[in-house]
Amino acid sequence: MGEPGTKELISLDDLEAAGNLRSGRKHILSILVENKPGVLTRVAGLFARRAFNIDTLAVGPTDDPAISRITLTLDGAVHPIDQVTKQLHKLINVLKIRDLEPEATLARELALFKLAVDGSSRAELLQICDIFRAKVVDVAKRSVVVELTGTADKVEAFEQLVRPFGLIEMARTGEIAISRGRSET
Amino acid sequence: MRAVDALMEALKAEGVEVVFGLPGGANLPTYDAFYDAGIRHILVRHEAGGGHAAEGYAKATGKVGVAFGTSGPGATNLITPIADAMMDSVPVVFITGQVRTELIGTDGFQEADMLGMTLPIVKHSFMIQHPLEIPRAIHEAFHIARTGRPGPVLVDIPQDLSRADIPYEPVGDVRLPGYQPTVEGNQKQIRLAAKALANARRPVVYAGGGVVNAEASEELRAFALSDRFPVTCTLMGLGAFPAPHEQWLGMLGMHGTRTANYAMDEADLILAVGARFDDRITGKLSEFAPRAKFIHIDVDPAEISKNVPAHIPIVGDAKNVLARLTTEYRALGADKGRLEEWWTRIDGWRRQHPLRYDDTTGTEIKPQFAIQAVFEATGGDAIVTSDVGQHQMWAAQYYDFPAPRRWINSGGLGTMGFGVPAAMGAAVGVPDRTVVCIAGDGSVQMNAQELATCSQNGIPIKVVIINNGYLGMVRQWQELFWDKRYSHVDMGDFPDFVKLAEAYGATGLRLTDKTTLVEDLRAAIATEGPVVVDVRVSRESNVYPMISPGQAARDMVG
Ligand SMILES: Cc1ncc(C[n+]2csc(CCOP(=O)(O)OP(=O)(O)O)c2C)c(N)n1
Ligand SMILES: [Mg+2]
Repeated sequence: MGEPGTKELISLDDLEAAGNLRSGRKHILSILVENKPGVLTRVAGLFARRAFNIDTLAVGPTDDPAISRITLTLDGAVHPIDQVTKQLHKLINVLKIRDLEPEATLARELALFKLAVDGSSRAELLQICDIFRAKVVDVAKRSVVVELTGTADKVEAFEQLVRPFGLIEMARTGEIAISRGRSET
Repeated sequence: MRAVDALMEALKAEGVEVVFGLPGGANLPTYDAFYDAGIRHILVRHEAGGGHAAEGYAKATGKVGVAFGTSGPGATNLITPIADAMMDSVPVVFITGQVRTELIGTDGFQEADMLGMTLPIVKHSFMIQHPLEIPRAIHEAFHIARTGRPGPVLVDIPQDLSRADIPYEPVGDVRLPGYQPTVEGNQKQIRLAAKALANARRPVVYAGGGVVNAEASEELRAFALSDRFPVTCTLMGLGAFPAPHEQWLGMLGMHGTRTANYAMDEADLILAVGARFDDRITGKLSEFAPRAKFIHIDVDPAEISKNVPAHIPIVGDAKNVLARLTTEYRALGADKGRLEEWWTRIDGWRRQHPLRYDDTTGTEIKPQFAIQAVFEATGGDAIVTSDVGQHQMWAAQYYDFPAPRRWINSGGLGTMGFGVPAAMGAAVGVPDRTVVCIAGDGSVQMNAQELATCSQNGIPIKVVIINNGYLGMVRQWQELFWDKRYSHVDMGDFPDFVKLAEAYGATGLRLTDKTTLVEDLRAAIATEGPVVVDVRVSRESNVYPMISPGQAARDMVG
C-alpha cells in the first residue's frame, strides 16, 4: 500500500526542508560510456529520477571511437553523490566513472559572447579581452562576437565585466575535464 | 534465414522451453516463426498475465522467463510485469514488437516508445536497429537478466527488421565491458565479518530474496547452523531458511513476528544477506536496530549503505560469500555458550508472543484459519503464489515454507492480480508439484482471465480466494488510521466466483463451513484441472501484529 498512514497534511515548507538541502560541493563527473544510441538518455534519466540538477553537460568522442566521454557538473548535490555513481555503474553501457577532485583537475569550457559595441567602447572591450586571452572572432557594425576558453569561474568573471557593454547573447559548452598527472581520467 | 527464425534459434540456444505471449500486427513475423519453431508458446488472454506468468515461471524454476507482446498496447500492457520484475529482481526477458523503422517517431499506428517508457524499470533494454543484431541482443539480454542481481530486460524489435533475411551464425561468448558483476566477495572483508560474528553476543541473520535468487539456501542454513544463529527472512526470502526450525524467528517487518522484530531491535550485530532494508522492514529508519552493527552481503553494490550504513560491506554472490564465511567462522572456534543469554531472551518472546488470532467466536471462518487449512490440505508442500493484500500477509505468516522457490509473491511493487498468472507460470515450470494461488477477492479480478488459459492448456492451478468482500488491506488502514471512514473498499458480493470459474472452464466451489474446511480443500486440490475455491471468511479481520507506518519495531501493535 502507499504511504502515508497519517492524515496529517505536510506543509510545503516541510516538504522543501526534507528534499532540498544542498551539500554545496561542486562535482565534476567524468563518465566513459559506450558510444551507442540512448546512452545519454539513460545517464541523464538517472539524475532526473533522483532529483539531481545537472548544471552542465558535455558529450564528445574520446581517443577510442567506440567510447564517448560525458562530462557533467553538479553544483551542490541534494543527496550524497555516491548513490548516483553506484546507480550509474549499474548501467550496462557505462564503462567508467570518476568524481574528479576539483584541485587535481583541469576543467575548461568554451564560451561565445555576442556584445553590443560601437566605435567608442570597442577599445575598452578589446583591453578586457586581452587580459582574459579572449579572441574576437566576428565584427559587425554594432556588435562583436568574442570567444573565450577557461574554467567556469573565469567565464563567469568575464561575463560580469562585459555585461555592461550590452550582452546580446551568450553560449557556453559546459566544462570538459581531465585529471592532472599521468593517471587516466 | 528470416531474422525471426534466427530469434527462435537464439531462444533455443538459451535453453528456452516455454514462453508466454499474445500476437499482434508488429510481431506477426515472430508469431509466424512460432508456428513451427518447436518452442512451447502459451497464448495468454492479457499481456500482463503473460508477463506475470513469465515471472512465476522464473521464480519457481530459477530459469529466465520469457514474455512476448506486440507493439503499442501489447507492449504497454507489459509495463506492470516489467516494473514488478525490476522491484523483485526477477529474471525475465520481454520481447516486444515495434512499428516499422520508417514509422518510429511518427505516431504510427500502435506505436509506443517502449524503450523510453521503460527506462527506469528495466535492468537493461535493447532497441534493435539492424536485423543482424537480433541473435546477439537475445543472448546479451538473457545474460544480463540472469547474472548479477537478476532483473527484467526488454528487447524491442521493429516489424520490418524482423522480416529481414539474414545469415544466422550462432553467437559465441557474450562480452559486455560495462557489465561485470562482482561475484567473489573480498576475502579480507569476509574474515572481518567472521570475527565480528564470533564476538557478537546478540547476532541476527536477516535474509532476503537475494538468497533465493543466488540459490544460496543451503549455504545460509550451513552458516546459521555453524553456531546457533537466529534467522529471520523478509517477505521475499521466505523459504530461504526452512520453517519451522528451532533457529527460525519468523518473518520480520511490518507484519512480521514480534520475536523477529524485537530481536532486530536488540541485536548487537546483524548479518544482512540479499536484503535491501526496505521501509516495510525498517519502519522508522532512525530507530531501526539502534544497537546493531551491520554486515551487508549483496551482489548489487548500490544496495549497500543505501538505507542503512554497513560497517562491513561485502559485495558478492550470496552463495559464494556465505560458503566462505562459514569456513572462516568455523575456523575461529567461537565460544558457543556466549549465545545462551540471547536465546533465553528470544525464547521468552517466542513464548509470550506467538502469532495468534481469535478463533473462538461463532462459525465464521477466520482468514488465518483458512490459510492454516490450505497448509494442512497441501501437507505444507505446495508452491504457493499470492495476490496482494491482507491474504498475502496471512499466507506469509501462517504457511510455513520448508524450501526456497515455494513462496511466490509480489513484494516490492505489490501488484494486485499477480497471483493467478504467477501460479500459471509456476505450474508450467514445475508440473509435478501442486501449485496453489492464495488470492484476494479484489486482486483475483485483475487477472482472472488467465483461468481460460489454464483451462485451455490443462494447467491445474488451485486458486483459493480468501473472500472478505473488501479491498481488505485498504479497509484495514481506513479502520486504523482514517477513523473507519470506509471509502470505496466494499466490493459487495460480486462476481459469483463459482460461476466465473465455470465460465472459464474451471471447477468452482464455495466453502463456508469451518468444520469441514480442511477436507473440503483437500478434495478441491485433488480435483483435476484448474479449480477455484471461494472461501468466505470473516469480513473485518485485521493483519496483526503490525508496525504502524513510520513507527519503530518495538512499538508493534496487535
Ligand atoms: C494494482 C493495484 N491497485 C491497488 C493496490 C492497492 N491495494 C493494496 S492491497 C489492496 C486490497 C486488495 O484487496 P483483496 O485482493 O481483496 O485482498 P485483501 O486485502 O482483502 O485480502 C489494494 C487495493 C495495489 N496494491 N495494486
Ligand atoms: Mg478482499
